[in-house]
Amino acid sequence: MTGSVTSLVSGPLTAGARRLAALTDSPWLRFAARRLGQLLVSTLALVTASFLMIHLVPGDPVRAALGTTAPQSLVNARRAPLGLDDPLWLQYAHYLRDLLSGQLGTSITSGLPVSQVIGARLPATLELAGCAFAVAVVLSVTLGLAMAVVTRGGRHRGAELTFTSASVVLAAIPGFLLGVGLVYVFSVHLGWTPLAEKSGFRSFVLPVVSLAIGPAAVMARVLRLEMLAALQTDYVRTARAKRLPGWRIHLVHALPNALTATVTLCGLLLSGLVAGSVLVENVFAWPGLGAVAVQSILDKDYPVVQGIVLLYGAGVLLVNLVVDVTLALLDPRSTIRES
Amino acid sequence: MGELRLEQVTVRFGSRATGLTAVDQVDLVVPPGQVVGLVGESGSGKSTLARAVVGLTPLTAGRVLLDGRPLRNGLPAGRRHVRQRPLHMVFQDPYSSLDPRMTAGESVTEAIPRGVRRAVRRAETERLLELVGLPAGSAHAYPAQLSGGQRQRVALARALAGKPEVIIADEITSALDVSTQGTVLNLVRDIQRRMRLSMLFISHNLAIVRYVSDIIAVMRRGRIVECGPADDVLTNPRHQYTGELLAAVPRPGGPL
Amino acid sequence: MAANPTDARPAPGHQMASRWAAVLRTPLGAAAAALLALVLLLAILAPVLWTRRANAIDVGASLEGPSSAHWLGTNTLGQDVFYQVLVATRLSVQLALAATAIGVATGLILGAAPLVLGARAGRVVTAVVNLAVAFPPLLLALFFAVIFGVGEVGALLAMGFATAPTFARLTRTLVARIAGLDYIAAARLAGVGRIRLLTRHVLPNIGEPLIVNATTAAGTALLSFAGLSFLGLGVQPPDYDWGLLLANGLDAIYTRPAAAVAPAAAVVLAGSAFNLFGEALALSLGVPEVPAAAGARGRGRRRRNDVARTAGPERVRGDDPGRADQPDDREVLLVEDLWVSFPDGSTPVRGVSFALGRGESVGVVGESGSGKTLTALAVARLLEEPARVRARRLRLAGQDLLAAASRAQRHFLGTSAGMVFQDPMTAFNPVKRVGRQLAEVAAEHQGMRQRQAMARAVQRLREVRIPAPERRARQFPHELSGGMRQRAMIGMAVMGSPALIIADEPTTALDIIAQRQVLRLLKSIQAEGDAALLFISHDITVVGQVCDRVLVMYAGRIVENLPTAELLSHARHPYTQALLAAVPSMATDRTRPLAVVPGRPADPARLPAGCAFAPRCPLADTRCASLDPPLTADGEGRQVACWHADRVAADPVLAVNRDG
Repeated sequence: MTGSVTSLVSGPLTAGARRLAALTDSPWLRFAARRLGQLLVSTLALVTASFLMIHLVPGDPVRAALGTTAPQSLVNARRAPLGLDDPLWLQYAHYLRDLLSGQLGTSITSGLPVSQVIGARLPATLELAGCAFAVAVVLSVTLGLAMAVVTRGGRHRGAELTFTSASVVLAAIPGFLLGVGLVYVFSVHLGWTPLAEKSGFRSFVLPVVSLAIGPAAVMARVLRLEMLAALQTDYVRTARAKRLPGWRIHLVHALPNALTATVTLCGLLLSGLVAGSVLVENVFAWPGLGAVAVQSILDKDYPVVQGIVLLYGAGVLLVNLVVDVTLALLDPRSTIRES
Repeated sequence: MGELRLEQVTVRFGSRATGLTAVDQVDLVVPPGQVVGLVGESGSGKSTLARAVVGLTPLTAGRVLLDGRPLRNGLPAGRRHVRQRPLHMVFQDPYSSLDPRMTAGESVTEAIPRGVRRAVRRAETERLLELVGLPAGSAHAYPAQLSGGQRQRVALARALAGKPEVIIADEITSALDVSTQGTVLNLVRDIQRRMRLSMLFISHNLAIVRYVSDIIAVMRRGRIVECGPADDVLTNPRHQYTGELLAAVPRPGGPL
Repeated sequence: MAANPTDARPAPGHQMASRWAAVLRTPLGAAAAALLALVLLLAILAPVLWTRRANAIDVGASLEGPSSAHWLGTNTLGQDVFYQVLVATRLSVQLALAATAIGVATGLILGAAPLVLGARAGRVVTAVVNLAVAFPPLLLALFFAVIFGVGEVGALLAMGFATAPTFARLTRTLVARIAGLDYIAAARLAGVGRIRLLTRHVLPNIGEPLIVNATTAAGTALLSFAGLSFLGLGVQPPDYDWGLLLANGLDAIYTRPAAAVAPAAAVVLAGSAFNLFGEALALSLGVPEVPAAAGARGRGRRRRNDVARTAGPERVRGDDPGRADQPDDREVLLVEDLWVSFPDGSTPVRGVSFALGRGESVGVVGESGSGKTLTALAVARLLEEPARVRARRLRLAGQDLLAAASRAQRHFLGTSAGMVFQDPMTAFNPVKRVGRQLAEVAAEHQGMRQRQAMARAVQRLREVRIPAPERRARQFPHELSGGMRQRAMIGMAVMGSPALIIADEPTTALDIIAQRQVLRLLKSIQAEGDAALLFISHDITVVGQVCDRVLVMYAGRIVENLPTAELLSHARHPYTQALLAAVPSMATDRTRPLAVVPGRPADPARLPAGCAFAPRCPLADTRCASLDPPLTADGEGRQVACWHADRVAADPVLAVNRDG
């Protein structure tokens, strides 16, 4: 996703790697070197942005977090680990050094290490996002494929209209609102699912559904369009001219080419799930990172916010990397085209 | 009009190791008032050469001279502030060569040099459109309302509006139907002779190049392999590739 | 015969206005527009009408459920929730629109920057944008919220800048697409400055997709803002928007659900109104999902064709160089009275009949709109809905192709008919190896196992003179040169040793040296298998070299049918003669202007009564204009459809006319 454009900055980095790879003359190695270079640059940018966050806030961040009535001694105590009086470049150097040794700083409000604060809540978010991702992918791929085959060539316009309207409506409802509605129906009225807790399989159902339905609707719609486009291509026409059976034309010829857009979307989906989880966790009182993120913003507990931004950001970058690699595996032309 | 001279023109894309040399040390002269036909297959570099000469693509090496004056990016040196170029081009695809949101008249008027009163410009636009044989009232037509051949004629009028010394025609009939390409070719030949324009006519079709050109240059993989008066090249080709091309031209009723 | 250029189609301005109006005529567009209008109306009027009622504090009535006095109950201060939801419309919508405006404006500037700033600076901007796009808007909003502070203004700026990267990326894609077009290059040559280039050429042409996306983005902004306020990072009390109302109502969802569900419903409805309207716009302004025809170019409007006058089977009069009712064993293809029509009324193929025997090669020549490609696809049974194919008879190697599709028919066609398409780069599946694509045919229709099929594929590749066929079979299509790809395509078409080879413009995408190789190969393959060849092309010279017979098509009809050896001597249809004269050859007289056919090729959707060529024909008279001449045989193995065919025109049609 960061594309080949960061080459402007990552040039020196990848030039060296490229010279190495050129020895073996393999497009894969060149590709890997390039991607790694881009990852390095993006991570650096992320870390710098996260670092600058505190310094762009007007006023004294520690005072703002602790409030006007807090005693100066406490403010000074909490300031010390942040090193806010050092020159900017020194702070940056310390920040990098701490990051590399796995330290994310100390919370201003609680005094606990940020890594501890985050570590306690991260697993719940990962479980939620992971389940939602799996559900969304399975749902959208099967539905999108099926709808494409059913409605190709303008057949079954009624089904097409229903599908499109339903997916638009579902996509329009943000996860947390859907969550509210679902909670009302299933927890309050019907009592089928537990309320505001994380306890066993049934408590997963509503949060996962709320989080997954919207993105699944969007992805199903896009996959259907991509599949329809793939069915219009010249090579599918060739496959039909070769009189291959329908299932083979759809699954072996059309689908792999429609997957490219789908894989890209999956990446966006996962990133979006991470963001959406912040809201959904709030609705279901899910013990995840979302609540910590919001609370620390409200409390102006910047080190914690920094840590969370860094974590989310790193996750997004990782997802993008996986997407790019998968795309390269799916379409052998892309590695050559970029070099 | 002017003499266009290319000296060791080279255009390279990408890095030295892994890049593509589209145009490789090309020497070519278009004498004043004559038509040089540039023949070559797709991928031979002719379009890249055209764009480099006109200034749309940067030159990696070599020079382009107009009447002995060097041109940089298609502009005479030292006159950088004047954005008008003495070289103009007519492009291949009639469907993307005109802005769909501008009328034919507006497209042509835009190309008329600055510093001229509006009434004069309008008169000039009318004159140009008439010159290319479009019916009165075409100035108000949008490209979507014109046929492919008509659009190419508007493109030609636009190229002429800048009072160029050299015109480069890049595959201007390749996208037209056979039954209508004659109109555009007749027109181009007619105007070139009347206005004594120097022209670089690019095409992959040998028969058309033969019809239009005084001099023929054959391009292959970025290099000029043969260049000379049209009749000479066609009857006594010196390079093997030219011979192959000539032998491969489909002849009506001829064997394969 | 100058066709007035301004008659046919309306100007872009007109088009746009009428297309936007057309949006309102679709059910989706009308519903979305109505909903949106309602939302906007509420946004404007509700605070004016109901602010007092919404904000009236009545502590005694606090936290009540729905009642006749308060339809949705009250909050802790006893304020009426229903009216609060209505009044909150303005703030919610305002913030959403403002955030979208900031996002679009910033995005536009960032996206258009490379064009104005030049390559170097542009790349830096693009790099930053690409990085930002990778992050979900909510995360960016959180990031900016920290910097700008919590609250309405902060959240607004955060939301706005969070949307900007997407618009920057969109603008850049649109600009890039336009910037590569020739009219931009032409404008640069004409000396148009960068700013004017942007404002006069680029922006008007990207306006529509931007507006559509902005509309959808407004909907998303509305929802996202509600989310921010819901979390407590957006609008702060005593102001309220839907998100804040939702947060307030959520606490008591068990006892007073209405207070939470109402603002939730309001957000969803308003957000959907924007999204649906954007969707409706995209659908009607964009490219329709279902193209009108496979391979046909749909330009310009299509009116209902007057089918009555041209409908009906066309009898082939006179001596019919066709076949008896029972197929003989040399017959490969019999086509009788083939019609292809589309739901919009156009009939690109009208009553085509011809026949092919073993070892024969027939060329079909025509220009755009002639129907030649559709004829080939129809014969090969490759046209699907919405195309409608009708024929009196359609027989391939004795089998009736008009029968319902079955597995047996599929296998039969797979081995008896092979197709070679125009562009081998797109006709091959780019992500599958060449050998596998050939082997597929054998595996599917001849019951071979994988290894056998692959071996057969390699053998075929060798037969089409591809060097090192084993290596090439393992490569991908893009690794072969153009000529080699086309030869591989021919190899794929003859995997099953077909009786009929259909080649649709097989050499148009190749250079003439590769073209000659491919044509020679085609002929030798045909000879080896004693197959029939149906060769479609716009190039009458090439057809003359490759085929025994030529069928000239114009506006969906065959207008002439004669042996290629007699093309130059016995062509009688004015169109055929015009084609022959108009194509410049290496022997064309350079002292005279080129022959020209005035007018443009007929549009299959708007055919005139009578002979379709009459508007362009120098021999046309009133009979030609009103009656369509039937295809008549002359008893010597030739057919022509012209009222004036008996006038043997010695000179080719030479009309130097300044139209078309």
